[in-house]
Amino acid sequence: MELLQHLALGFSVAFTPENLMYALLGCILGTLIGVLPGIGPVPTIAMLLPLTYILPPTAGLIMLAGIYYGAQYGGSTTAILVALPGETSAVVTVLDGHQMAKNGRAGAALAIAALGSFFAGCFATVLLAAFAPPLAEVAFKFGPAEYFSLMVLGLVGAVVLASGSLPKAICMILLGLMLGMVGTDVNSGVARFDFGIPELQDGIDFAVVAMGVFGLAEIMNNLAQKENRVDITDKIGSLYPNKQEFKEAAPACIRGTLLGSALGILPGGGAVLSSFASYTLEKKISKNPERFGKGHPAGLAGPESANNAAAQTSFIPLLTLGIPGNAVMALMVGAMTIHNIQPGPQVMSSHPELFWGLIASMWIGNVMLVILNLPLIGLWVKLLKVPYRVLFPAIVLFCTVGVYSLNYNVFDIYIMAIFGVIGYVWSKLKCEGAPLLLGLVLGPMMEENFRRALLLSRGEFSTFVTRPLSLSLLVLAAALVVLVALPSIRKKREETFVEED
Amino acid sequence: MHIKNQQDFWSGLMFVAVGLGFAIFSYSYDMGTPSRMGPGYFPFWLAICMALLGAVVTLTSLRGEKSEDSAVGHFDWDILFMIIGSICLYGLMLDHLGLYIATPLLVIFCSLASHEFSLMIAIGNAVFLTVFSWLAFVKGLGLIFPLWPEPIAEWSIAAQILIPVGIVIAVVMLVRRIKGK
Repeated sequence: MELLQHLALGFSVAFTPENLMYALLGCILGTLIGVLPGIGPVPTIAMLLPLTYILPPTAGLIMLAGIYYGAQYGGSTTAILVALPGETSAVVTVLDGHQMAKNGRAGAALAIAALGSFFAGCFATVLLAAFAPPLAEVAFKFGPAEYFSLMVLGLVGAVVLASGSLPKAICMILLGLMLGMVGTDVNSGVARFDFGIPELQDGIDFAVVAMGVFGLAEIMNNLAQKENRVDITDKIGSLYPNKQEFKEAAPACIRGTLLGSALGILPGGGAVLSSFASYTLEKKISKNPERFGKGHPAGLAGPESANNAAAQTSFIPLLTLGIPGNAVMALMVGAMTIHNIQPGPQVMSSHPELFWGLIASMWIGNVMLVILNLPLIGLWVKLLKVPYRVLFPAIVLFCTVGVYSLNYNVFDIYIMAIFGVIGYVWSKLKCEGAPLLLGLVLGPMMEENFRRALLLSRGEFSTFVTRPLSLSLLVLAAALVVLVALPSIRKKREETFVEED
Repeated sequence: MHIKNQQDFWSGLMFVAVGLGFAIFSYSYDMGTPSRMGPGYFPFWLAICMALLGAVVTLTSLRGEKSEDSAVGHFDWDILFMIIGSICLYGLMLDHLGLYIATPLLVIFCSLASHEFSLMIAIGNAVFLTVFSWLAFVKGLGLIFPLWPEPIAEWSIAAQILIPVGIVIAVVMLVRRIKGK
């Protein structure tokens, strides 16, 4: 049982006091930003990224991962109690979760959400441990042409599944790829697109872009909506779901976990998409769909399990192929490269303690989150009462300090400010930032593999389609685009995204 | 000819413009051949693809039915100015005035962007966050900041002009805000 040995190694790493502490810190931070509306995991992880310099790589990644899945737990609390999604993935939780709270079952709703997430988290951890090694084996067979095609598939998949307008999203990817070209070209040593500014020769750090486009632009949009006071359901009631609720929630939770795990692995999948998909599924197969939206436990348990499962399985493509599937994973790539770890299949063999430690810490983190979220729920409710006008200057400050500490250079602060303005304009034009971020991270890798593939084939472009693995990846990418362009599916997709707004 | 989707129209134009810009820039670098690519090759073709797709986005925004909710949202210039302005000012101040002076000023100035500004809360927040920065960033994480002001004579010319101007603008806005309500 190799798997058990690996997990034993993982737990021995994760159970050191230091790593336990960072897992706890990540979970607390994640819950915190999950509970607070108006700040999500992307800017938070971007803010904390520079700080992981001083941590050992394993501890840093454990903490950042904790923030991502912790946010899924925290987001549901706000959704249930205030009918505000603390996190985008909790948008559907509002539908039935808040209705349950209105019916006086707030405690039960919170418990279902937390326990469903816990179950999903445990399952996804096992899945990650079991599936990552064989997938990494496949990745070792990849040459530069395959890697290039895989990245094309990853990027296409990311926008096909998770964005509004397809051509616009592809443009954002291309723009991200090009921003990734800024800086010194590794092959020729030529500084590209640097406008003669020495600071730009090192390239644009994606943490800076992430904080500008996601952090600052979001703050400005939140401020534009006049603050509306919210009434919080103070009465939480019994934390125990009754028999009926349990019976309805349990199967939904299992279905949500399976669906979320599958969607999380896909590029572009992740927490948001899976919670929507799960809600649709539950409503479709339910015997009495009219109860959905009025506090049906299945409509809460399914999406909650799905988003947590997906948050964890989305680590699979990152850890095995080195390809980030969503914006948070793109930041994880950054966290690894800070420590000179090239994400990809070799991580498992060259840094087994990091790989298995991270996986084990996810399970431990899930245990912590249940404890953080259920008995301590009163604390988080109090936090919800912190008004945004107190909160946003702190976010501005942390973003600014965060970018400064990347290189100890105020130039990065100005670049962040510029991207804040650009991000604000984009938000008005409904151009999404997530594809851009993925492109920015993958840009240099993609160019490198493209060049190498053509060098090996002596300039024959056909190398991408004559190698069977590469061809099948490209065909898959093309199929995805065609599929989405089909009128019937396009209409369905638009409906889903209308709900999201 | 009517624009059916304002958002798509303008974003398409933006992609075309940026794409062409990048393409022209890339062309000035060595292009090389496919088997030995120069630094200009990959970005050039990316830029061309983007410009073409951008044109598609623009053209499709002219056709079809008028879609709802496609107007370009209202720009809140005040908020934009206060947030971005105070961040840029912070960048200037950090190098010359140090963390302990720049931080409270940033917090107070950017608080002005909120519709519910209150001086007392802003000051309280500023004190709290400055102490927090000292504890967490300087003591806890050991980040290296300029902590205290350096003599004005050593400032760069730009800083000597821009910092006072920026602070005066911010203080004027602060005073107007307090008197206005």
